[in-house]
Amino acid sequence: MKARIKFSKTGSMRFIGHLDVMRYFQKAFLRADIKVSYSQGFSPHPLMSFTSPLGIGLSSDAEYMDITLEESDIPSVMIDKINSVMNDEIRVNGFSFLKDTAKPSMSVLAACDYIIAVKPEHTSQLANKEFIKKRLDDFIKQDKIEILKKTKKSEKITDIRGSIYHISDNIKDFVKMTGHDYDKSSINEMCLPILYCQLSAGSVVNLKPEVVLEALCNYSGIEYNSSVYQIHRLEMYADADGQLIPMSHYEEN
Amino acid sequence: MRKLALSDEILLSIEKPARYIGGEINMVVKNPKDVAIRFCMCFPDVYEIGMSHLGIQILYDMFNKRDDIYCERVYSPWPDLDSIMRRDNIPLFALESQQPVKDFDFLGITLQYEMCYTNILQILDLSGIALNAKDRTNADPFVIGGGPCAYNPEPIADFFDMFYIGEGETAYYKLMDKYKEWKSSEKDRLDFLKMAAAIPGIYVPQFYNVSYNEDGTLKEFNPTVYEAAKTVVKQVELDMSETYYPQKPLVPYIKATQDRVVLEIQRGCIRGCRFCQAGMIYRPIRPRSLDFLKKHAKTMLKATGYNEITLSSLSSSDYKELPELVYWLMDEFKDKKINIALPSLRIDAFALDVMSKIQDVRKSSLTFAPEAGTQRMRNVINKGLSEEEILNGAMDAFLGGWNRVKLYFMLGLPGETYDDVEGIAILSDKIAREYYTIPKEKRNGRVNIVTSTSIFVPKPFTPFQWAPMDTKEEAAKKRDFLLSKVREQLNARSIKYNCHDEDVSELEGVFARGDRKLCSVIRQAYENGCMFDAWTEYFCYDKWIDAFKDKNVDMEFYIRREREEDEIFPWDFIDIGVTKEFMFKEYLNSKAEIVTPNCREKCAGCGAAKFNCGVCVEKRN
Repeated sequence: MKARIKFSKTGSMRFIGHLDVMRYFQKAFLRADIKVSYSQGFSPHPLMSFTSPLGIGLSSDAEYMDITLEESDIPSVMIDKINSVMNDEIRVNGFSFLKDTAKPSMSVLAACDYIIAVKPEHTSQLANKEFIKKRLDDFIKQDKIEILKKTKKSEKITDIRGSIYHISDNIKDFVKMTGHDYDKSSINEMCLPILYCQLSAGSVVNLKPEVVLEALCNYSGIEYNSSVYQIHRLEMYADADGQLIPMSHYEEN
Repeated sequence: MRKLALSDEILLSIEKPARYIGGEINMVVKNPKDVAIRFCMCFPDVYEIGMSHLGIQILYDMFNKRDDIYCERVYSPWPDLDSIMRRDNIPLFALESQQPVKDFDFLGITLQYEMCYTNILQILDLSGIALNAKDRTNADPFVIGGGPCAYNPEPIADFFDMFYIGEGETAYYKLMDKYKEWKSSEKDRLDFLKMAAAIPGIYVPQFYNVSYNEDGTLKEFNPTVYEAAKTVVKQVELDMSETYYPQKPLVPYIKATQDRVVLEIQRGCIRGCRFCQAGMIYRPIRPRSLDFLKKHAKTMLKATGYNEITLSSLSSSDYKELPELVYWLMDEFKDKKINIALPSLRIDAFALDVMSKIQDVRKSSLTFAPEAGTQRMRNVINKGLSEEEILNGAMDAFLGGWNRVKLYFMLGLPGETYDDVEGIAILSDKIAREYYTIPKEKRNGRVNIVTSTSIFVPKPFTPFQWAPMDTKEEAAKKRDFLLSKVREQLNARSIKYNCHDEDVSELEGVFARGDRKLCSVIRQAYENGCMFDAWTEYFCYDKWIDAFKDKNVDMEFYIRREREEDEIFPWDFIDIGVTKEFMFKEYLNSKAEIVTPNCREKCAGCGAAKFNCGVCVEKRN
């Protein structure tokens, strides 16, 4: 049977790359006696896949992984079983069964929500409430937000305005915009949150929050220094006929 | 949330930040304030290498069993972080608490190979601990060394407060108790060193006076305080089934070199190969009981989530109950997709049966370690493996579907002639010829033979400790000769030849049988910028040569001489059980090409029987 696991990744685990997180889960499942199905063939590997790898340094409340299981308990038991063999900084906070026909989550990913905060012992002009409010209003009113996209081979000017679905400087307005019910605990833990945004994600347009932040800094006339900001992923969504549905509920059985 | 010693900014700017954050599965968490002794265990090489070492896992578990001790870990920061730590004055920290190593009571460094010696200085330097033991104060930890290179600690004697000679399971608790006694007494540093020196197995270099003859050899080596013994006796774990072994080994987040459960099935070896130090210093062979191994295999796999287990020993085929153990493992874990790795296995019917069941024959290769190319030379080194056994083993394997063979040899063995060198090429070719005697339709494509040579380095506590080592020019000449001979063989196209770097081997040779005069050279090399010498990309031969010149020390003295029978060696103060007389007799046997039977065939009277354990008390058939 197919299942989708939602987990958080915080603290020092921000420095573990997604391939190592994959290996970490493989071992955790063996420790917890969870029977994951294996692929057929000469070198069988466990059937597990991530929705969208999180960049090194970013934290998250909502990472998703699809797995195929030989057998399973009810979701609450599964969550407890897995968490009993995990460290404190990668925790499972959701488990749902999927329809057998469910598409892999990575292929239906459409958007992600992020919080951007100023790290402890760092400062940014964007942390000034009035400053950011005014700049953000003007920034988002632009018809076009053009950035220079550099690849190994070429440089290209791209308009990212259309890929910013929602953006706000406070959680209250942001919740109104997205209509999503967030787990507030990690939001409250963020040292100095300054920005909330919902951005296009997935195989069509994958807009990284760093890019939006850099564009806002440039627009506001302040220097962008990536080490000042902590970026935290809040949720991932799938596109269901034009409507965004949290990944944990998409094609749920 | 754990507070890390390095800022996000630094962690994001270096390679593999996971090397420095700790927090691994099964890491022991204690409050440093609640313990009497903080012990920092160090492997002086990069994290992925250090995390693969079984010895540290055993001691980590053993120390942390005690509530009054918190044992943490540290590894060598890779050069990218090293330069940042120097630039920003960041003190080296332990992974668990992320607190400075300098604040610990002990820094224990495992000495696994000579080429890590400059890394020891890096560790001390980054920690802010004085490099020379004599310059340390009560504000510094006691620096203690152990492991195979501690059996000749003299080249690094200046940097250590003490060495522990023997197996870690036995004497550390005693040392810790003495330390607590000393700490509450408020006596000075030297007093603790004296207390330590009185514990069997502990060697405190500064309590010994060394004098030299005019030719540079040792004249006298004498203790200067009452507590220091004239001879330090190796400490041996007598019962391998009633001792410490981790139930919950640490599991790193990044892939370590040895990324699996390691089960040490026995310690020591019965074979008595004359070049092998491990075969002498770990005598006598002591197997662990089948019950112990089954129980630990189960618990460790469950506690780590690894999908592979490796059976570790110097010669697994000499473990009497190996078939029972392996078939049990295969049966017990057959539903869990657990791989079983069996290194150090002689290729015989059992080995091939097991291998065909646990490995994908098409992908795996067979490994033989004849060590020498001719039977004459194998008799010289007492490697009891005949050409017939190799060819039969290879043939059985070929019929079983294998077509890849790895062969390991040494160049520069004592008394080696060019015929012996050519023998390596000939033996490689014979194995290939064996393959082509199989009818074409039964063959599995072409045979693929990889022949590797390393350069023989004479080690202390072996019968070859008297022998001269080849110069690097000779080694290079033999290598080129061998390559030309490989190319002359009928199946030259099926044989790939790899060789080892002569520059590194030469230095290994110097340090292996070195004395205290080398301490200043190693320190100078470190100051010249040498570090990570075991890594080809960082090894810098010229800087080493400069250091030897600077300190006026002649490398030739250590590697070129054939030593006299009665020469006093820098390591003679250590008693490993095996006597110097026995080793010299074996040296003479090697010259006479006489083979000595293994411990289970016939006791050779090496001296290890004084420990009264293992094979020495086993019933012989």
